[in-house]
Formats: sequence, C-alpha cells, structure tokens
Amino acid sequence: MSESSRGSDLTRRRMLQGAAVALTAAAGTALIGLTGPTDRPAAAAGLAGSDEFDEVYQGRRIQGRPVTDGAAAGHHHGGGYAVLIDGRPLHMMRNSDGTWISVVNHYQTFTTPRGLARAAVNELQGATLV
Amino acid sequence: MAVRKNQATLTAKEKRDFVNAVLELKRAGGYDDFVSTHDSFIKSDSDDGPRTAHHAPSFLPWHRRFLLQFEQALQGVNPDVTLPYWDWTADRTPTASLWGSDFLGGDGRRSDGQVTTGAFAFSGGKWPLKVSPDNRTFLRRAMGRGVAELPTRAEVNSVLALPDYDAAPWNGSSEGFRNNLEGWRGVNLHNRVHVWVGGLMLTGMSPNDPVFWLHHCFVDKLWAEWQSRHPGQGYLPADSTDNVVALGDAMKPWNDTTPADMLDHTGHYTYDTGF
Repeated sequence: MSESSRGSDLTRRRMLQGAAVALTAAAGTALIGLTGPTDRPAAAAGLAGSDEFDEVYQGRRIQGRPVTDGAAAGHHHGGGYAVLIDGRPLHMMRNSDGTWISVVNHYQTFTTPRGLARAAVNELQGATLV
Repeated sequence: MAVRKNQATLTAKEKRDFVNAVLELKRAGGYDDFVSTHDSFIKSDSDDGPRTAHHAPSFLPWHRRFLLQFEQALQGVNPDVTLPYWDWTADRTPTASLWGSDFLGGDGRRSDGQVTTGAFAFSGGKWPLKVSPDNRTFLRRAMGRGVAELPTRAEVNSVLALPDYDAAPWNGSSEGFRNNLEGWRGVNLHNRVHVWVGGLMLTGMSPNDPVFWLHHCFVDKLWAEWQSRHPGQGYLPADSTDNVVALGDAMKPWNDTTPADMLDHTGHYTYDTGF
C-alpha cells in the first residue's frame, strides 16, 4: 500500500503563488494562513513531492501544508509548514539539514512532514493534542 | 560539598529520600514549572533562529544551570539530597535497578505505555501530568522500542576524544563535542537516550519523567570529563555570535548566568568518580 492510498482527500491543488487562504480546523481551534510553496528555495526543494497531504492514518486525519511564516498559528517558525492532527496543530520545526522534529518526537528526526505526522499519531495512541 | 553519585550505588535511604523530595516538589507545585520551562525552550530553540537550550553551544551550560536549580529545589525539601546520575553505558536494560519499584518504576505496559510500578505510577495518585503534549495524564515509557540500544562506553569515549567544543554554524549540523554529545550528529548520545526511554522522554515535556534529571546529570558529568581530558580547550563561541549564547552572554530565562559562570561545576558539587 502506498503512502497516499489511504488518504481521504488526495487533492493536491496548487495554491496560486502569493494567494492566501484560511484553513479552518475541524473544531475551529486553528487558523493557519496558507500559500503556495514557500518562497525559500531550500525549503521548497526539500518538500518536493510531499508538500501537501491530507489523509487518514490509523483512524486519525492528518494534514500538512506549507504556511507563511508568522501565520496565525504563531509558533510554526523555521519550517514554513504546518501539520494538523484531527484539526489540532502539531508543534513542529525544521532542522538545518532539512529534517523535521515535533514536540511529540523531539529527539529523533524525520525526513518528511508526513512521516513526522504519522509518528505523532503512533505516539498519541488515540490521545488528543493539547 | 555535595557529591553527585551513580544511581546504581545509592542506598535504599538515598533512593527513598530522592523519590520523596521529587514527590514533595510535585505536590507543592514547583515541579511542573521545570517541565514548562524546558518545553518553552524546546519550542523556541531552532537551527536557524535564536537558540539557547538545544541545538546550540549553550546546551551544556543551560542544562547545568537548569539541573542546579532543580537540585536546589529538592534540597529545599531535604538538604541531604543530590542529583544521582544514570550511566546508561553500564545500566542498559529495563531490568536495571534504576527502574525498580523502589526508585523510578519500570517500563510502560504494552497496551498504552503507562508506567504501573513505583512512586510515579499514575495509580499512586502522586504523579499526574500537568504539562503534556496531549490529554493523557499518566507517565508513559516504551523502553528500547524507538531505538534498540543505548550508547556504549566506546561510543562515549569516541565523543569525549573530540578536541573542539563546538563549531560554526553552532547548531544541530555542527561538528564538535557539544553536537556529538547532544546527538544531532555522529553516534548520537543524548538524543538517543531520550528515544530509548520513550513515552514522555520523547517529547518537549521530557522532565515529566524523573529519569530526565538522572540522564542529564550524566550528560553534565560527561561535559566535566571532556573538560578534564582537554584542558586547553574551552567553551565556544568565545565572541558575540548571532542567535547563540557566547561565552560571556547571559542565558535565558535566568539572565544572570553566563556559560563562563558554568564552566567549573566544582563550586557547586562534585562527581563521585570519573567516567
């Protein structure tokens, strides 16, 4: 089974560069400004092929999208990216080598935001991010 | 002078005193401030931005200061208590005495990771998590599942042999002793131990697991050991550098302590043995 075949919404719409839309999380708990691929070349290159996802993994909806720095979620500095688990933001950041860490998996690195999101779901075992 | 000891050598009374002081600090409300402080730095420290406690040269002096503050809080409960350290190159299995029900309690159970033995088991009622990434309030561990093996003595010695304390770009991609000890590069010492314990130790709120203090006490001891093996080397960067704490800069959140102030631990405590 491929990574994406479990997805409930596999659209990979390219947002128009510079256009911002708001994604309202399921519970209305997060508003995150979205744009197209980040304007930072290194980050854009590293995200090629995995820059957006929206799937159900282990019964949890996980979503990942590039965001503008300083977006409404506030603390998503450094990565230009946001991940939601059942609509709640997962605090995450990008390392200088292009890998990712989150507050749930802080001491190990992941090559993609999707891998980071799935690892958080595995750790949560059904619990809800706060 | 306070002596920090290998946890494997503690007497029954010393273990009991440590555990009871930790529980009392938790009950009185001070413990969770340490969890929150650590988490706030985890969330703000990054490779390409301001960084103090992690991904940074000041990883070692910041945690030395953090441990001193915690140790002083415990001593406010019981002046006989000092932080013990966990030599994870020697005590490397879930059956080590460290994890006994008379000390830190054992591994998490398979179903949900919950620690069910010892004073920090949720069922005892004295260790509800207040600062957590999610809505679970019980301590969790998953030993050896995120990574199979703890670092070996040979791996530690290979890192202690590195001559330079740190190097540009002063983050998680740096060469040098600090980053190889922190674990973003090389054989991975400190980070790997967090992952080996698993559960809360994987998270930014890792001080929720009392083993955090014993782990970092050993990391602190390894810094002292490196200093003794490389007397001609010192903290870097010595001069003001963007986004990182140089030798004479004050560290947040205290704003009254510099890395230079933390280089010599012997005014505060000593270790029972060398590595």
